[in-house]
Amino acid sequence: MDWFHFSPDEWEAIRLSLRVATVGTLASLPAGLLAAYALARWRFPGKILFDGLVHLPLVLPPVVTGYLLLILFGRRGPIGAFLDSTFGIVLSFRWTGAALAAAVMGFPLLVRAIRLSFEAADRRLEDAARTLGANGLLVFLTVTLPLALPGILAGLVLAFAKALGEFGATITFVSNIPGETRTLPTAIYTYTQVPGGDANAARLAAVAIVLSLAALVVSELLSRRIAARIGG
Amino acid sequence: MFDVTVRKILGDFVLDARFRSEAAVTALFGPSGAGKTSIVNAIAGLLTPERGRIAVGESLLFNSENGTDIPVHRRRVRVVFQESRLFPHLSVRQNLVYGRWIAGRAGGNLDEIVRLLGLEDLLSRRPRSLSGGERQRVAIGRALLADPMALLLDEPLASLDEARKREILPYLEKLVGAARIPILYVSHAREEIERLAGTVVTLDGGRVKSVEEIKR
Repeated sequence: MDWFHFSPDEWEAIRLSLRVATVGTLASLPAGLLAAYALARWRFPGKILFDGLVHLPLVLPPVVTGYLLLILFGRRGPIGAFLDSTFGIVLSFRWTGAALAAAVMGFPLLVRAIRLSFEAADRRLEDAARTLGANGLLVFLTVTLPLALPGILAGLVLAFAKALGEFGATITFVSNIPGETRTLPTAIYTYTQVPGGDANAARLAAVAIVLSLAALVVSELLSRRIAARIGG
Repeated sequence: MFDVTVRKILGDFVLDARFRSEAAVTALFGPSGAGKTSIVNAIAGLLTPERGRIAVGESLLFNSENGTDIPVHRRRVRVVFQESRLFPHLSVRQNLVYGRWIAGRAGGNLDEIVRLLGLEDLLSRRPRSLSGGERQRVAIGRALLADPMALLLDEPLASLDEARKREILPYLEKLVGAARIPILYVSHAREEIERLAGTVVTLDGGRVKSVEEIKR
């Protein structure tokens, strides 16, 4: 068989994985920025609990995360039913649900990286911006955010890589439907379960390795460029 | 021009200072740790006194008695910090027009300031590629362009060697002549103060030791 000739099913899984990971990661960015900023800069009651909640998907068995998503966002779940009746959005057993699972699983990594960069951003530069007339929002947009950009990129890439590899929560929440929720990991798993699927599994595994590695290299190059621009 | 009464406890240090000055340029003089920077921060709004009253020019910025506390970004008191604090992710030109961009059209004329401070060749460079003296000149320009109501210069020459100081002092003298706004100049170097200031406020241990007029 040809190593570089992917079957339509394989292409489907690759494309779907990229879409799920991209949408899931980008959609979680606003919430990730907010959570990271709150953890880095604000003092509020219940902060430790909030911190724990954000990190929960990192330590919880993915199957449990998927199960919780199913309970909450399933068609009969409290949030799922609301989304369905109000906006006509259905997540369970759809690729959008896979994106949600990917977003939740990648969230702790995203927040960790961004939080560190918010903590490292020079407060004295923010003060300088305030004395020059910038209000809180402008300080954040024109100083804090650009200074934190390398960390934000690093967080996005980590979360993206995590999303590409997400298996347990995805298969529990949205199952393993070809063309809808069968992402790379579930496709690989499926191929290992059928006779004669070993070669397909190996090829897709190679694709997963290449994609993950590429993501890491791109992020490293980008953050180096930004770091060189910003300087020490 | 400056009417300042501040009391603030900062750990073991008690700042309890009071001075008034009508000179165009007021110098805050004293050894390090005397509370000079704390006073600058209080006037800029970056430090909130426990008690006190701060008025600059016609504006009342802070009064603990009636709860007046104008937010930092609305005080129009521009600060040149000891360590420049240029934005590393912006070019020199972008740094210069940062405050003017926020102030809208009210800010100063870029070409004029660039000429005054000799910044013509630096505009497209990044702050980290500048020398200490160049950085301070950009920081001064950035403050001037931001439509200042008053200017606070917090030891702008302290981090520079003698040659750089001699490079910047003429610019500062030109600036003092041209600015027509109240200037507070912080320094622990007697020579700079005598060249620039009309009134010298001497601080020590958080208290004002003396206020003297310099005759010219």
